[in-house]
Amino acid sequence: MASLYERLGGEAAVDAAVDIFYRKVLTDDRVSDYFDDVDMEAQAAKQKGFLTMVFGGPNNYTGKDMREGHKHLVERGLNDSHVDAIVELLGATLKELGVGDADIQEVANLANSVRDDVLNK
Amino acid sequence: MTQLKYNDTLFTVSKGASVLETLLEHGQEIPNSCRAGACHTCLMQATNGKVPDTAQNGLKDSHKVKGFFLACVCKPDEDLEVCLPDVEKLKISATVSQITKLSEDVIELKVKPSEPIDYYAGQFVTLWRDDALGRNYSLASLPHTDEDLTFHIRLIKDGQFTGWVLNELKVGDKLSVQEPVGDCFYTQGNAEQNLLLVGTGTGLAPLFGIMNDAIRSGHTGDIHLFHGGLSSPGLYLHDMLTTLAKQHPNLYYHPCVLKADENMADNIIEGDLCQIVSQKIDKPVNWKSYLCGDPEIVKKLRKKIFMAGSKMTDIYSDPFVYT
Repeated sequence: MASLYERLGGEAAVDAAVDIFYRKVLTDDRVSDYFDDVDMEAQAAKQKGFLTMVFGGPNNYTGKDMREGHKHLVERGLNDSHVDAIVELLGATLKELGVGDADIQEVANLANSVRDDVLNK
Repeated sequence: MTQLKYNDTLFTVSKGASVLETLLEHGQEIPNSCRAGACHTCLMQATNGKVPDTAQNGLKDSHKVKGFFLACVCKPDEDLEVCLPDVEKLKISATVSQITKLSEDVIELKVKPSEPIDYYAGQFVTLWRDDALGRNYSLASLPHTDEDLTFHIRLIKDGQFTGWVLNELKVGDKLSVQEPVGDCFYTQGNAEQNLLLVGTGTGLAPLFGIMNDAIRSGHTGDIHLFHGGLSSPGLYLHDMLTTLAKQHPNLYYHPCVLKADENMADNIIEGDLCQIVSQKIDKPVNWKSYLCGDPEIVKKLRKKIFMAGSKMTDIYSDPFVYT
C-alpha cells in the first residue's frame, strides 16, 4: 500500500496546500499573531517544511529542532489551544483539497505527535 | 558516472546521492537545514549543466532561469558545475553618459559599462563612487536594447552618495557597477498572465524596466502599473507613462497621490495606495505582482495580494533600502 505521503500526492500536494493553509492561518484570530512574520517567504518556506512532515514526507526535523524553533513563541504564550487550532486548519485545508477523512486523521496524528516538543513540555 | 565540480574540484556523485550529500561527504561546507527541499537554506547555482526539474521545485521562475537549485534534493543525472549563489564578483567600471533631472528630487543617471553586463530589467546593482561608498539602485533600462544602464536616483537631503551625484558627478566621470542581483524581473513564457506593478517613489525604476521588457516581449495580458507619490510632482514619469498607456491597449497607468494638489492632472487618483490597488484589482488570482519601494507599503500589499488569492510565488518584491 502507498504511504500517506504518496497517497496525498507528495511534494505537489504540499505546494498546493501551503498557500491555502497559510491564508487560513493568517485570517484566524486565534493564531494569526504567531504567523504574521515580516518575511512572508521565509514563513511560507517554514510552513512547507511543516506540511511535508505532517504529510508523512521526508524530513530531518528532530524533537530538539521543534523545541528550539518554538521556544520564543511558547514564551509569548503559545499553548495547546493554538496547536488545536493549527490541527483544525490543517484538516480544513486538506478537506478543501479533497483528501478523505482517514488520511486527514493520519495527518492530524502526525501533527499531534510533535505537540509536546513544540510546546516545550 | 556523474561528476560534480565545485570550487575548482571534481567530486564523483555516488548513485542516488544528492549534490548536498556529495559535497558534505567530501568535507565541503554548504549551509543546509531541512534536507527535504523545503527550507531553501542549501540554495546553490548551477553554472554549467542542467539540474533535474525536481531540484527547482518551489523556486521562483526568475531563480530557475538563473540555474538556482536546492542541493539537498538535487540528484544530478548529468555533470554539473555549481557554486554558492552570492559569491562576490568583480565590479565593472562604467562611464557616466547622461545626467537628467526628472523632477525636483529625482535624477536619471545613465552610465555606459566598460564591458557588457548581463542583467534583467528590474534587478538592482550596487553603484560605487569608490571602495568606501556604494549604494543599491534598480535598473530601469532594458538589456540588449539600451546600451546604457539607467537608474532613477532620489536625492536625499545630506545623502553622501546622492550629494555626490548632484553636486560633483559629470558626464565622462567613472564609477563602478557591481553585479546585478534580485528576482524582481519579467520572465518569459506567460505572455497572457496579467501583471500588477506597484511602486512608490523611485520604486518606479525597476517597474519601468519590467513594464518595458513585458511590452517588448509581446506581453498580451493586462499590465497595470500603479505609481504612488506624496503629491503630483513625485510622479516623475507621469507624462511619459500617460502617453505610453495610450499607445498600448493592455497597459494601464494608475498615478496615485496621498494628497491632491491644485493643477494636478485629472487622471491622478488621491488616496491610500494599498486601498486604491485593492479596489482596482480585487481578484489577483493567477496574476503576477511586482512590488517596489517603501518597505511598509510593500509588506502591506504583499499580504493583501496574497490574501486576495494570489500565489505566494507569484509575488515579487524588492523593498527599497533607505540609506
